[in-house]
Amino acid sequence: MKFKSVFDIIGPVMIGPSSSHTAGAARIGRVARDLFGRQPQWAKVHLYGSFAETYKGHSTDVAIIGGLLDYDTFDERIKTSFEEADKAGMSYEFIPETGHVDHPNTARIVIGDQDSEMSMMGISIGGGKIEITELNGFPLRLSGNHPAILVVHEDRSGCIANVANCLYKYDINIGHMEVSRKERGHMALMVIEVDQNVDKEVMDELKKLPNITQVTRIAD
Amino acid sequence: MEALFRNVRELVERAEKEQKLISEIMIEQEILMTDRSREDIMIQMDRNLTVMEEAVEKGLKGVHSVSGLTGGDAVLLQAYREKGNTLSGDLLLDAVSKAVATNEVNAAMGTICATPTAGSAGVVPGTLFAVQNKLNPTREQMIRYLFTAGAFGFVVANNASISGAAGGCQAEVGSAAGMASAAIIEMAGGTPQQSSEAFAITMKNMLGLVCDPVAGLVEVPCVKRNAMGAANAVVAADMALAGVTSRIPCDEVIGAMFEIGQSMPSALRETAKGGLAATPTGKWLESKIFGGAVVGSGQ
Repeated sequence: MKFKSVFDIIGPVMIGPSSSHTAGAARIGRVARDLFGRQPQWAKVHLYGSFAETYKGHSTDVAIIGGLLDYDTFDERIKTSFEEADKAGMSYEFIPETGHVDHPNTARIVIGDQDSEMSMMGISIGGGKIEITELNGFPLRLSGNHPAILVVHEDRSGCIANVANCLYKYDINIGHMEVSRKERGHMALMVIEVDQNVDKEVMDELKKLPNITQVTRIAD
Repeated sequence: MEALFRNVRELVERAEKEQKLISEIMIEQEILMTDRSREDIMIQMDRNLTVMEEAVEKGLKGVHSVSGLTGGDAVLLQAYREKGNTLSGDLLLDAVSKAVATNEVNAAMGTICATPTAGSAGVVPGTLFAVQNKLNPTREQMIRYLFTAGAFGFVVANNASISGAAGGCQAEVGSAAGMASAAIIEMAGGTPQQSSEAFAITMKNMLGLVCDPVAGLVEVPCVKRNAMGAANAVVAADMALAGVTSRIPCDEVIGAMFEIGQSMPSALRETAKGGLAATPTGKWLESKIFGGAVVGSGQ
């Protein structure tokens, strides 16, 4: 079931005009910001399908920038997010694409600063609900509705067991888990949706495990 | 986690068997699926209800969108209604004006509660606040109205779609109208089965409705489609309360909506490329708002 809560249907409380193209877009932006872990200094936003055709009318652009500034769907500052982005020193660019994508409301967000950059693809599936479908070239499925941990690691045996053991130690239950890799023996990604928010202590311990490159978390 | 219901049939059966309201089954499922307390869930829905009340209040004072395409119709409708000579009836026009009020606020980038989407956010609150004057519900019954509407929306979202880009307007305003209709039944003291009939009758009359917003804005024809969605919901609720049933079961109507959405061309699914968006005036309005070549003749 894609929709689990009645508040996916009666909700979200949001700034208009579109749940998929405004609220969903803001959420996609905010998850990108969460995954990046800090305020990006620049953003390139590629829009596909209906997003590309109607983004101006739905304020999809304004909403994604609002999300990248860490605003929630009901934050009044979404309306003036372009000005807020200027103040925060974040440059941005929107690129409507004509290529075919699986879902009509798709955005690829590339963000970065002087230290690193990140690419993320999100879809807005209706009523403000979103899914993250790709991160730095890794296909994945992330609802953004549960706390989640993303672990970039070397494709070696034992990595998954170590991470699972660590979570077990702190009594954190795994609700959904996916592992993907681009090439055998190289970089891999674990996406773990959990039932509880994950403390810094757990994060630090995960980072110390062998063959783990990067650990990020998304709060509920 | 296993859901308490996956379709309308299971929802109605469970409500009948356990002698509970549909809203109660929805609340119980929410507790089960999200591990939150009943109190917590009721408080959140109460807050959503408050957002809806505030949006209607704001819209009835008169708002206008940045594009200038929509705004002010809720005020006209209320003024007309207050004269007491409406042809379609006081309650119906009240529902219509309050649905319009909500969507006008939405178009003006105001704060609303999506039900199930922002583009279709007028129908559920519009009908609720109109029926409220007739039935005098308690605050809890008003909150329950939203859970009943949510239960039906939950089935549609999981078994079909509530996205205009995926299924056209029938998936948005169609779903909202069905949800409202089912919720009116519960508030009016009808049975769970009558809620199901009301949803089916409403949705059957929204099937095939395309999503063709002028200039891609959630304004024309969205605001007026919410008006008629509200009207459709109220009339279908009366039909179901009168004992009229749907020959096609509710879940099959939802299935048909999904199939129709699948076969709709992309031009009619929120791309602003077909239907009203592609009329000469639609195109002229688009170029007026966003600049570029004037392709339509316009007015």
